[in-house]
Amino acid sequence: MLIFLHNWPYSKLMTAMIYDGTYQGWLTAIFDSYEYKMNDVCFLKGETAAIPLFATAHYVVTDEVKARRVIKGLKLRLSAEGLNNLYKVYLSEEEKSEEMMCRFVRYVFTSKENIEQNFSNSAVWDVKKLAKKVKREAHRMEAFVRFKLTKDNLFYAIIEPDHNVLPLVAGHFKGRYADQRWLIYDAKRKYGIYYDLETLSTVELEFRLGPASAKGITEICDEREAFFQELWRKYFSSVNIKARNNMRLHIQHMPKRYWKYLPEKMPEI
Amino acid sequence: MVNSRVIEKLEILADAAKYDVSCSSSGSKRNNKDKGLGDTKGYGICHAFTEDGRCVSLLKILLTNHCIFDCAYCVSRKSNNVKRAAFTVEEVVDVTINFYRRNYIEGLFLSSGIFDSPDYTMERLVRIAKKLRIDHNFNGYIHLKAIPGASDELMKEAGLYADRLSVNVEMPTEKSLKLLAPEKKHIDVIKPMEYLKKEIIGYREEKALNRKAPAFAPAGQSTQMVIGATKETDMEILGMADYFYQQMNMKRVYYSGYVPISNDGRLPMIGTPVPIIRENRLYQADWLIRFYGFRVNEIVGFDQPDLDLDIDPKLGWALRNLDQFPVDINTATLEMIKRIPGIGHQNAKKIVAARKFNRLLPEHLQKMGIAYNRAKYFLAVPHPFSIQKDFTSIQIKQQILSLQHSKYNADFSSQLALF
Ligand code: SF4
Repeated sequence: MLIFLHNWPYSKLMTAMIYDGTYQGWLTAIFDSYEYKMNDVCFLKGETAAIPLFATAHYVVTDEVKARRVIKGLKLRLSAEGLNNLYKVYLSEEEKSEEMMCRFVRYVFTSKENIEQNFSNSAVWDVKKLAKKVKREAHRMEAFVRFKLTKDNLFYAIIEPDHNVLPLVAGHFKGRYADQRWLIYDAKRKYGIYYDLETLSTVELEFRLGPASAKGITEICDEREAFFQELWRKYFSSVNIKARNNMRLHIQHMPKRYWKYLPEKMPEI
Repeated sequence: MVNSRVIEKLEILADAAKYDVSCSSSGSKRNNKDKGLGDTKGYGICHAFTEDGRCVSLLKILLTNHCIFDCAYCVSRKSNNVKRAAFTVEEVVDVTINFYRRNYIEGLFLSSGIFDSPDYTMERLVRIAKKLRIDHNFNGYIHLKAIPGASDELMKEAGLYADRLSVNVEMPTEKSLKLLAPEKKHIDVIKPMEYLKKEIIGYREEKALNRKAPAFAPAGQSTQMVIGATKETDMEILGMADYFYQQMNMKRVYYSGYVPISNDGRLPMIGTPVPIIRENRLYQADWLIRFYGFRVNEIVGFDQPDLDLDIDPKLGWALRNLDQFPVDINTATLEMIKRIPGIGHQNAKKIVAARKFNRLLPEHLQKMGIAYNRAKYFLAVPHPFSIQKDFTSIQIKQQILSLQHSKYNADFSSQLALF
């Protein structure tokens, strides 16, 4: 926590908002900060968070009504996209993103007109930029999810995105794979989204399947699964034009941290 | 074993199809119908990128690489000694569906060598598309090659199942075609293009009146030209592209740098580098024509028939037209801001939106992610940030070149050595 101490200048007025880590919780914290006139705030997740030395703690009790009122106020001053960008920044889970969101929201509430296009303002630009980064990763997940078919007809995929983008992409997969049961599991955050041919649901489970192992495939997968993975790997290498090789571009588009779950980037099993 | 045979066929027929550079899956919106399989988003998705850095969006294969023609620039030409293979209709459908369900691809791009006759070939392609759409309720992307010489009925059916159709012109001029594919004439590809254009417009008009009317190739038609196999200038190539955009309502023209595949004396020798930089410059020029309001003759002309290889065409234009600069981004039109080197389409729009709030200064531009080091030579900025603007075009070019890191740098040096 030492870093924290250095980053926060001494101020008696600083309040550490301790919230449950949910978006609603964060919105409630914003509501409270207005209600109790706390101007200088920082955000901490979870009850056991270490409170910076010079701050007073405020424990936020997540409250749907308060959260809704903040959203309502924001809706009056932001476009749907602007509001959505705020949510994306929340999903970024990047350090200091809650403070960034807070600066943005305060600017929104102090202005009469919609300020989301005022790109020369840091609060606006920072939110825009980080939201874009999250959106880019969501788009990448739409591309890099690789389903495997199990013996009981479930298509499952494992991902480990930098940001918590699963909520952003679930709708896309529901619309596309409407006639197959699927599960996308975020191994980093230990939860998945499951589609049962009707609705989406969030499932929390300890999913112990690592990246494909030969044994795993034959035990749990459909008999043709290994064949299609093999076919895909062969396809991927056949369409490459060696005379044009450009590994830099390749890695820029498909960063190595995503390779773990891509059959085409995995050695043969 | 059946599986190993399919793997072998796929290797042969994907390898033969890879010289068609188009892999776009955009421009068409198809909803998932009646809880079927798939949808098409309008924006394409690249599911992977090959080691040469190109997007893999579709399962791009030939139905067969048997061909009755002998086009010198093509690997599938009759006289070439390569392994031949042919998929069955069922095999293509099965692989497409199974790749799609695993989220490997956006859909299918099916082309073919011409076996027996154009109609016979086209009929197979159409049958595959029809099976996917009707039997499998597949709403993913389908791009079919329209085989020149196939009947109007088959072309029409193809358009009703496919999102995009394409006829490749391959050679930018009639002269080159005559040299490398003497059995063919430009008119053979122009005719089907014209037919498709007419149908696309007709169906679109009908759909505007009646939303339930069927769609015909909603993502339009595209074509491809091989670059560097023959001696055309960029002016000839871009002129041809412009003709396709203007006269044929083409959605896209692709430029495919020739990959030497033959010892035929009419063609660049095996081992000659692929003209990747030139291809890239052509795409940039194409982009300027389609989205930035440039006319072809602003980019290339008789005094300068080829694009600069060391700088991009927008910078090239700016350096030849320094009298149009500096531009004041706080007052200039969007069109003019788009013409400033270092400021793209999106950023130009952001500038126009942001300047309503307050006057924009250089530090704002830097923060907004604009390539300020490139743009600064062309901007009129208020004091005290003002930058001396009396550089000559050569000085500006050198300064910009000294700070740019091209993603093609490595190839660039070897290519430059050729000139
Ligand atoms: S007709 Fe097409 S497939 Fe056949 S040789 Fe010519 S370009 Fe190749």
